[in-house]
Amino acid sequence: MLSPADLRALPPEPHSVGRSRSPFCQAVGLGLAALARLLAGASIRWIASQPDTCQRVYFANHTSHLDALVIWASLPRSIRDLTRPVAAKDYWSRGMVRRWLAQEVFDAILIDRTDIKVHQSPVDIMLREAGTTHSLIVFPEGSRSVTGEVGEFKSGLYYLAKKRPEIELVPVHIDNLNRVLPRGEFLPVPLLSCISFGPPLWLERGEAKLEFLARARRAVMALKE
Amino acid sequence: MTDNRTIALVAGVLALLTAATAVGQFLRRHPDRGLDLAAIRTFNGRLRGWWILCTVLAAAFWLGTTATVVLFGLVSFWALREFITLTPTRKGDHRALFWVFVAFTPAHYVLVGLNRYDIFSVFLPVYATLFILARVAFAGDYKRFLERTAKIQAGLVVCVYCLSFAPALLQLEIPGSEGPGSNFRLLFFLILLVQFADCMQYVWSRMLGHRLVAPTVSSNRTWEGLLGSATSTALLAGALWWAAPPFQLWQATLAGFVVAAMGFAGGMTMSAIKRDRGVKDYGTLVVGHGGVLDRIDSMCFAAPVFYHITLLVTGIKP
Repeated sequence: MLSPADLRALPPEPHSVGRSRSPFCQAVGLGLAALARLLAGASIRWIASQPDTCQRVYFANHTSHLDALVIWASLPRSIRDLTRPVAAKDYWSRGMVRRWLAQEVFDAILIDRTDIKVHQSPVDIMLREAGTTHSLIVFPEGSRSVTGEVGEFKSGLYYLAKKRPEIELVPVHIDNLNRVLPRGEFLPVPLLSCISFGPPLWLERGEAKLEFLARARRAVMALKE
Repeated sequence: MTDNRTIALVAGVLALLTAATAVGQFLRRHPDRGLDLAAIRTFNGRLRGWWILCTVLAAAFWLGTTATVVLFGLVSFWALREFITLTPTRKGDHRALFWVFVAFTPAHYVLVGLNRYDIFSVFLPVYATLFILARVAFAGDYKRFLERTAKIQAGLVVCVYCLSFAPALLQLEIPGSEGPGSNFRLLFFLILLVQFADCMQYVWSRMLGHRLVAPTVSSNRTWEGLLGSATSTALLAGALWWAAPPFQLWQATLAGFVVAAMGFAGGMTMSAIKRDRGVKDYGTLVVGHGGVLDRIDSMCFAAPVFYHITLLVTGIKP
């Protein structure tokens, strides 16, 4: 439940429901979503889980620059409009096109990885931007995995869960996207990939940080079957 | 293409499919005949596949040669995606793969569409091979170099090069032909024989098969299946020789025999690759995808041989 202090921290909501993007941006978004699904040959599986418009945090393994786009594109449109990827400011604000895509099309929340302040922690920014309606896409490993293994999770997911324990945390496993667009490449090879959404989990009462992060990581890896 | 033989062929196929569908639905509604329920379900599933195949083919034929070449090009592209997805590649292969997908595959089909047999017959086996070898070398990763380049090349040859000989049949100048209908009948003849051989292989292996060709590779492909399928396909080809324009009776029979044997070889080859990767079919690798490669493996092996047999026995020039 939200504590009174948290509630005071939340409004004014910067993003009211269905913040109207221009029709052009919406069309670009639809086109990009279709293109991303086609290009990444993404098959989408919901395992013991259902698409829902309730507020969620989708957390996934990070393998490629395409990850956020493909997860976002894999969600049904009504949910996609309510879902905001959390992305690195240093990458997504470089160049006009990227900045425009991030801000206007994906409605991304950009986090400055180099300049983290105590009063402006990434988790606070994410929760403020999410308000009470938007869902988030996060990559708790922090950066893309080099080997393809799922790395250790950073603690942000734990603090998200601690501050807003009622939000559903949905594990997502991304398979083979690192071969579609590996680290350091900019031209994608159209192979087939698989996006698996798992059953939501929550922070248990009194669960320790490391314990929770390990459980969340196992939930992602379990989706690989 | 509305000549009498085409009409006869289309009517025959429609009648067969309708009859088979009626039988399948009857068996499904009356499950008390002591027949294997799973077999009935497989049969009905297969039939649905054939309806879809025939509808798509009919649409492509109706739209013309270019549409058919494009259709086969898309199938090749998808099959190659499945092949490479299943094959482990390294980061050093990325750029080579990119060009294989976006340049070599489409360019090859453009050459097929333009009827440039002189170029398309060497484009992938020679030029793409040289490119792949050099591009992977330039990328600087020499680990298992030959193995990696061979994988990409095998995928390209099987999924793209070999399959493209099927639509290339549409470009042959058949002497005394009655318009493009003859070429479409020739292509349909090949597809029919390949599909029939697949079924017969299964039926004969089920009925009499006990000598497995290679138990480590496939647990249901037997010598009896191979021989039975080749013989029955040759018989069907002989019975339908009138529908395949350039052939005489013995030529059609020979083509049927060879197509069945090649299709069998294609199935064995893909089984070996799948066994090595530890998957049952290409569809399970990526859930929700039908597994295009599973459907066309026999076709990939049969198409080039059928094409060249046609040239050899009829004396047609490409």
